[in-house]
Amino acid sequence: MKVVILGCSRVGAMLATELAKNGNEVAVIDSEESSFTRLPKDAEVKRILGMGVEHDVLRKAGIEEADVFLALTNSDNTNLTAAQLVKHTFKVPRVAIRVYDVQRSKAFEGLHLDIICPTVDTVERFKEFLKSEES
Amino acid sequence: MYIVIVGGGDVGLSLTRLLQEEKHEVVLVEKDPTRFARLSDELGESVIMGDGADLGTLLDMGANRADVLVAATGTDQDNLVICQLAKLIYLIPRTIAVVNDPKNEELFSSLGVDATVSSTGIIASLIEEKIDAGMAIPLLAFKEGGVEIFKSQLSKESSLIDRKISKLKLPKDCIIIAALRGNEVIIPRGDTRFREGDTIIMLIRKERKEAFKRLFLEAV
Repeated sequence: MKVVILGCSRVGAMLATELAKNGNEVAVIDSEESSFTRLPKDAEVKRILGMGVEHDVLRKAGIEEADVFLALTNSDNTNLTAAQLVKHTFKVPRVAIRVYDVQRSKAFEGLHLDIICPTVDTVERFKEFLKSEES
Repeated sequence: MYIVIVGGGDVGLSLTRLLQEEKHEVVLVEKDPTRFARLSDELGESVIMGDGADLGTLLDMGANRADVLVAATGTDQDNLVICQLAKLIYLIPRTIAVVNDPKNEELFSSLGVDATVSSTGIIASLIEEKIDAGMAIPLLAFKEGGVEIFKSQLSKESSLIDRKISKLKLPKDCIIIAALRGNEVIIPRGDTRFREGDTIIMLIRKERKEAFKRLFLEAV
């Protein structure tokens, strides 16, 4: 699989490393050089410095041949915009993004965007913990 | 009209002042506390502190009543999300986004933003106007049908001058709507002859524009 990941965050870096180990072709975009230090030095991951909402940067990362695009920056709005840009203009078949804001994630789910909301997921996990403590 | 403007920078503030002068009801939304403090000195209750992309903020300011929402923050991504939420959740009839990267204009329109304003794009065409003095200056572009209206002052090299329109072999998808000659407006008919110095106003398909310029406006 050809994967483009926007945001070399902790999640982005970890996913990129694992996907690369499993033989996928992975490129990671980040606007800060220092973010790439989250990747192990030997990780076979293409590193692209730039803004993921810019066409040229996405092209450099191989978006035109990408099978999957994952938006994992710390900014919900950037992730939402990049995902829509990538789906609409570059027609990447599979797109998933992280959105922290609960209401925003619900609002955009209606637009057929695959959204993962860590806030909701984490709350669920803690609720499970609290339930199990009681029993 | 009730207008919500998100982003208390130069654009947002000037727009607020202008619209209030015209007696519209305006609410400006600014998320930075320092800027907000300065703005509220001048605007009082017309400015609220909050994030325009946050649904709680939009609800508090009665966004569902708004006729128009303008997203004028400094960031294209934020402006897009703000406009989309305005439409999705509050069904605001008209959304306008300021766009810094002209390449984003098309995407924003396709995603439902009613109007986009790119000052870079506008300035670029003004610069072109300077260099191409007398050449095709865009006036209006329509999403529908890919057509554009432009104006051009006819130079003496133009093959449009001093001949009857009926004799000019103009392509079918170009229409000369009017010609301006001094203070006169001429609605062209078959026997109209254009003169050097006339400014013609044309409707044309975008992709035919360059060919038209070469054939009819420039020296052959």
